[in-house]
Amino acid sequence: MLPELGHFALILALLLAGLQAFFGIAGPALGRDRWSGAVSAAVAGQAVMVATAVGCLVSSFVSEDFSVAYVAENANSALPLFYRVAALWGAHEGSLLLWILLLAAWTVAVAIGSARLPPRFAARVLGVLGVVSFGFLLFTLATSNPFLRLNPPAPDGRDLNPILQDPGLAVHPPILYTGYVGFAVAFAFASAAMLEGRLDQNWARWTRPWTTTAWAFLTCGIALGSFWAYYELGWGGFWFWDPVENASFMPWLVGTALVHSLAATDKRGLFKSWTLLLAILAFSLSLLGTFLVRSGVLVSVHSFAADPTRGIFILVFLIIMIGGALTLYAWRAPLLRSAAGFELGARESFLLFNNVLLVTAAGTVFAGTLAPLISDSLKLGTLSVGPPYFNPTFMLSMLPLLALLAVGIHANWKRGRLKDSERTLLYTLVVAAVLGCGFTFGLYSHAKILTPVAATLGVWILLSSLIDPIDRWRRGLTLSRGVLGMTLAHCGLALAVIALTAVQSFTIERDVALAPGGTAAVGDYEFRFMGVKPVEGPNYDAVQGTLIVTRHGAPVAVLSPQKRQYWVQHQVTSETAIRMHRGNNLLLALGEDLGAGRWSVRVQIRPLVSLIWIAAFIMALGGAIAASDRRYRTARALAPAPAGAVEQPG
Amino acid sequence: MTRFLVPLALFALLAVVLAIGIRHSPDKGIIASPLLGKAAPQFSLPNLTDPAHEVRSADLRGHWYLFNVWGTWCGGCREEHEMLLQVHRAGVVPIVGLDWKDDDAQALGWLTQLGNPYQSVATDHSGREAIEWGVYGAPETFLVNPQGLIVYKHIGALTPETWTREILPRVSGLVGGSS
Repeated sequence: MLPELGHFALILALLLAGLQAFFGIAGPALGRDRWSGAVSAAVAGQAVMVATAVGCLVSSFVSEDFSVAYVAENANSALPLFYRVAALWGAHEGSLLLWILLLAAWTVAVAIGSARLPPRFAARVLGVLGVVSFGFLLFTLATSNPFLRLNPPAPDGRDLNPILQDPGLAVHPPILYTGYVGFAVAFAFASAAMLEGRLDQNWARWTRPWTTTAWAFLTCGIALGSFWAYYELGWGGFWFWDPVENASFMPWLVGTALVHSLAATDKRGLFKSWTLLLAILAFSLSLLGTFLVRSGVLVSVHSFAADPTRGIFILVFLIIMIGGALTLYAWRAPLLRSAAGFELGARESFLLFNNVLLVTAAGTVFAGTLAPLISDSLKLGTLSVGPPYFNPTFMLSMLPLLALLAVGIHANWKRGRLKDSERTLLYTLVVAAVLGCGFTFGLYSHAKILTPVAATLGVWILLSSLIDPIDRWRRGLTLSRGVLGMTLAHCGLALAVIALTAVQSFTIERDVALAPGGTAAVGDYEFRFMGVKPVEGPNYDAVQGTLIVTRHGAPVAVLSPQKRQYWVQHQVTSETAIRMHRGNNLLLALGEDLGAGRWSVRVQIRPLVSLIWIAAFIMALGGAIAASDRRYRTARALAPAPAGAVEQPG
Repeated sequence: MTRFLVPLALFALLAVVLAIGIRHSPDKGIIASPLLGKAAPQFSLPNLTDPAHEVRSADLRGHWYLFNVWGTWCGGCREEHEMLLQVHRAGVVPIVGLDWKDDDAQALGWLTQLGNPYQSVATDHSGREAIEWGVYGAPETFLVNPQGLIVYKHIGALTPETWTREILPRVSGLVGGSS
């Protein structure tokens, strides 16, 4: 019964989303305020229905109802309860349902938070969100119904993809999707402004906290995904420029640009049409990511089972949503005038550079991701680009961005009086160069050309972004949450740059063949292999190797990498053993059985790799703090902040 | 004025590329089997039509054969049955069936009613054997070469295209893999 109830709830949700879209867009357009007033009721109803549908599917998973095809394909009676719940988003259909649930949650949040907005504008925002939700619900019901029954029921389930059986799975997709879906809110605000044909500084102020929150979630989600790939998949890397990773990274880059461009629109009424375009782009790239993952157009390790029908549906949806928004943009954007001008050295210029460079970076990632597709359509043969393309092209826009950030932090709004901060800039640069080069050449003997440059830039940003807040704090002035958040996010970026530089330059990677009792020296560490033994898990068998790690004779750790074979899907996964030691990340993976008790073991020593994820969480935390700034919660009657005010999150 | 149309134009271009991408995607959407190129599992299973003789992989050595996983409960299997009969009539390669998680009486009824394309049918009530083969869902068809290696796997109902483009060339030695 429950699956049918869930299916029915989903159909009702579709109808309510249709009403929400209709009343929200037609109401204000025809001037019927009672229609607009009905929107929040539709929002609430839709949210209840979506929650019911999700609840039904979860209860099918928990009660091991293998008559439901989706449950039979993604769970097994031996699967622990925790993963039976997480299996909800283990494959295509359920993860779409999660998407819809999160969109409903964001919509409810917007509906509650929009009490302070002009009613017509709020109705339009919710109406656009209704269109998005309608599209996804229709997609689910038409091509990817998770409630389909099996007749006769499967005696047992096929089990969850073993790669996904890790606590990382439980949190990574929901957080990532929360970020993706959050950009729908920025998109809805942009579309509503274009429908209204009016965009003022208040608009930017309303949009900012939502965008920053979505950005913080996306940052967290990407970091968790990267952490998960490193820790669970045992691929020995944290970023692969895989199409699906890129699909989450492009909206992040454009979203970062949007967060900054919104700051300029909010504070100075500038870059209005550009901000609109970025808001459309950020969400479009989120949608495009969904398309790439689920249509089978690009082959990726993360891909869901490919289905061209789904691809066609999403493509039509993309054309309606993005094409519609961009048409609206071509029509309305020429009407927007930016009120103020600014000088070259002013903060506005730096924000403009930031935007151009971030969008360029997103563009290079985009080109690389779609390169196989484009060369295929032009019949140039199958072409695939990897890190040799992505790493240098990405650096090309990132290095100037970092340098400009260190300088731009000190720039004032409107007037280009950088001369005032000339000394600060110079001193911090000298200190950064000394520290950066010291770090490069002192700690490690070998380095690449860019190593000292990137290390210096990282330290420079760190010092540069801390100077003003520390100065204000010492003079007893208050720090707004906006400034605090911005500082944290920039420090996080600086730490990420330092960590990435260290990892890229100083990683040691070796494959060694070891017999029981044998040792291998890698870097400063010695690894003694104690042999392997069989282990049995709840739904897998494994062999577990034991290695004793020492450094200059002093014991460091005993590590036990595993090789698991899951019973049902017969997939072999490598469970790496990871240990932090003095900032170094030691990673051991069990390779092949070489016979006679000998095993190949992959040893990797990465300095500072954990700092990458810590830095990303610091950035996300900065975003969260900035989004909670009081000025976003005060009534709109407040006059726009005077130009040149100091407390700018930006 | 026109510069505001640039994003729309670029997007139109992208939509065309994506549309072409979808048209080509069925070629890529194959779920690769980890068993490809590996030895087919050894088995010795009850014979559906002839209880006196088990179906044994050892007896199949030295010949090409198709290993077809099916069940009377599976819609796609009924869909592909006509194709299997054609393959049987062509007489190029024998088909060994694996009746997966099924009722013997129903399966026998199915074969009498629709025709029997199989050289022999092994039964797998528990589903253990299908697990050995890494079956993803019925119907599924494996092509096994005379050395006992799995050289090709087709997921879903067998189609004439798969037969002429993938299976026939391999069996007749036109494509590497018959070594």
